[in-house]
Amino acid sequence: MTVAQAALSIPEEEIRTGVYICQCGLNIAGAVDCAAVAEWAKGLEGVTISRDYSYMCSDPGQQLVKQDIREYGLNRIVVASCSPRLHEPTFRQMCAEAGLNPYLFEMANIREQCSWVHPHQIEDATEKAKDLVKMAVSRARLLKPLEEQEVPVTQKSLVIGGGVAGIQAALDLADNGFKVYMVEKKPSVGGVMAQIDKTYPTMDCSI
Amino acid sequence: MTDVGRHPNIEMITLSEIKDIKGYVGNFDVTVTKKARYVNEKECTACGDCATVCPVLVPDEFEMGLASRRAIFIPFPQAVPSAYVLNPHDCLGQDPLICGKCKEACEKGCIDYDAQDEELSFKVGTIIVATGMEPYDPTPLDEYGYTRFPNMLTTMEFERLINAGGPTKGEVVRLSDLKVPKSVAFIQCVGSRSPGNKDANPYCSNICCMNTIKDTLMLKEHYPDMEVKVFYIDIRAFGKGFEDLFQRSKGKGVKYIRGLPGDVQEDPKSQDLILFTENTSTDLLEKHRTEMVVLSQGLVPSKDMNKIQEMLALQKTSDGFYLEAHPKLQPVDSASAGIFFAGTAESPKDIKDAVTQASAAAARAARIMSPGKITVEAITSRVDEDKCTSCGICAKVCPYNAITVDKKNKRPAVVIEAACAGCGTCAAECSFDAIEMNHFTDTQILSQVDAILDKEPLEKVVCFACNWCSYAGADSAGIARLSYPPNIRLIRTMCSGRVDEKFIWRAFESGAPVVLLSGCHFGDCHYIDANHWTKKRVEKIWKKMEKWGLRKERLQLEWISAAEGVRFSQVMTKMDELRQTVTKKEVTETKRIIADNLKKKKKKKISQ
Repeated sequence: MTVAQAALSIPEEEIRTGVYICQCGLNIAGAVDCAAVAEWAKGLEGVTISRDYSYMCSDPGQQLVKQDIREYGLNRIVVASCSPRLHEPTFRQMCAEAGLNPYLFEMANIREQCSWVHPHQIEDATEKAKDLVKMAVSRARLLKPLEEQEVPVTQKSLVIGGGVAGIQAALDLADNGFKVYMVEKKPSVGGVMAQIDKTYPTMDCSI
Repeated sequence: MTDVGRHPNIEMITLSEIKDIKGYVGNFDVTVTKKARYVNEKECTACGDCATVCPVLVPDEFEMGLASRRAIFIPFPQAVPSAYVLNPHDCLGQDPLICGKCKEACEKGCIDYDAQDEELSFKVGTIIVATGMEPYDPTPLDEYGYTRFPNMLTTMEFERLINAGGPTKGEVVRLSDLKVPKSVAFIQCVGSRSPGNKDANPYCSNICCMNTIKDTLMLKEHYPDMEVKVFYIDIRAFGKGFEDLFQRSKGKGVKYIRGLPGDVQEDPKSQDLILFTENTSTDLLEKHRTEMVVLSQGLVPSKDMNKIQEMLALQKTSDGFYLEAHPKLQPVDSASAGIFFAGTAESPKDIKDAVTQASAAAARAARIMSPGKITVEAITSRVDEDKCTSCGICAKVCPYNAITVDKKNKRPAVVIEAACAGCGTCAAECSFDAIEMNHFTDTQILSQVDAILDKEPLEKVVCFACNWCSYAGADSAGIARLSYPPNIRLIRTMCSGRVDEKFIWRAFESGAPVVLLSGCHFGDCHYIDANHWTKKRVEKIWKKMEKWGLRKERLQLEWISAAEGVRFSQVMTKMDELRQTVTKKEVTETKRIIADNLKKKKKKKISQ
């Protein structure tokens, strides 16, 4: 399908975005006025509802979003909290569970890249958080639902290194029924461990 | 060890190195170079007849050079596989006319001088990186005189001496006179905890305190009357049962002195060593005479790490060990799906922690392999066939050969989705907007640029950061609470290769004083070498800026790794300083120049 065709097949929908500002205890709320950001975000284009909450990643936090998706017919979700490298999968899963395509979710990083690095500049940090939320909301409006592809997984593993760690990993995987290739540079496995007589804390032989 | 050798599910490939790894989670293609062993590993019974006749003697690496071995040898009696190996560099010549004694001696005919290196290829779904560490070499620390004084040993040398299977059958002797010393001193933190010393490392090597405590107990067990002293900064005995061992060692009469020797001298006559130290418990300068010293050497990253790191696009921390995906929540995962860390490759650790981490890594790998299939992110590129001119640039820049173009028959480009990793370099390089990068489309990214510069653009720095390195570097700065000016605005792309020329122009046209592009260091790129295209593109844009009369330093290019939180914060401070040099007038002028030039370009395109 070409881009033009794809665009045609998606009917023009009304964008209904839910914005959620996470306080992360005091991790974010200690430097960012979360309530003010949430209130301000209500005025952004396409925003239907905007709230702040103590811990968005917690079960009640996620329940709140799921309920809003159902109640307000939300079709875009923006969570402003920690790094997407940490919780993007959590919130994508949350969207999927509420029947929303997970790629219609967007995250604003107002912890690692805002409250934690501007802890004593509440005004500046709050303004920055607003900008980050605005960026996320405008990007969210343009997000398109996507389908993930399934690929087969080879049920074999490569262990690089035959020291104590490599040996343990290989044995665990092999005992679980997976084929393991263990590649060792030296002529024998054992690594540095094999050179040591007694080892702590048991004071017994290493081999 | 022997379990590995006989497990039906484990194929042990020793004397081998990884040549190449390609692919992605679930589907890695591995090529291994298996070096010639010259001895048939399956047939060899380890009888040793070959070594008995071998005339060559070389220092034995396993014995830390404290004994010798033959050119054909078994690394140690319990070696797995239990087979001899011939080192071709030591051997007199595999020409039977020159020597050939071992071949004659081997009744089973296991030795083959013509053996060749082999190349093995196989497919795996997951990879566990357990490349280990190396003991720190204390030679550069001149104050200890490791190579000058024969009775100054390293931990590893001491371990071989006290080992019942070692060169002295477990008798600890001085190398100067082969006598059992009456006193032994251990010096801790050798090569560790030395910030500012370029010959050593700033980090704690984790295991050395406990290893020394173990060694003192062994000495006291073998030689109850021996005087044993330990010179230390702190004793870190924090693990289960560790404090008990420490107290036992003190109970046996081992003296612990808080302070590292600043100087060591040798009594030329007795070859005893005299240690000068400031005892920080008593604030007194002390002089200690001892018959032998053991340098408690720290751990350093294995040299083999670099090759694997480049091959798998892994990241390292500033101390040189591999960087995990998250220090607390994903301690055994790498940032690349399907690749895990086990043991000291990730950080210095003892056997218990290495084993724990290895089991965790195995469980994480099994979790991916068990279902037999995996869903991959839908972030792949898509071709607009109507716009595609079959020019082939997308296929040229794709690091994964995931795009094919039939230029001859003018057929539009085709993306092989399973092979596409989602860097977006193709979309950035396409001059006809004929490739869209799913989830990182032009309009999506431009909307972020617009949102940043909508209000007070002069106050802000627009920064594009790649997901794996620079964006992660910003997260590291956050985790370490490293402050920087609050007017930096980050736009995340999967790779810096995604950053299209038009994003830059849009930013400048909308009033951005400074634009920064940041990505992984060369060799660290998560998409093989896509960041080379970033560099080329930026250089092209710089040329245009110069031609158009714009200050080219307003577009910055920086490589920041995931571990470089400090560097991230420094770069951002620098960006803000640069921002302050840009005036409102300059920005207004820039807007006009870019608008004019882009208009010209458009006209040219239409007239073509």
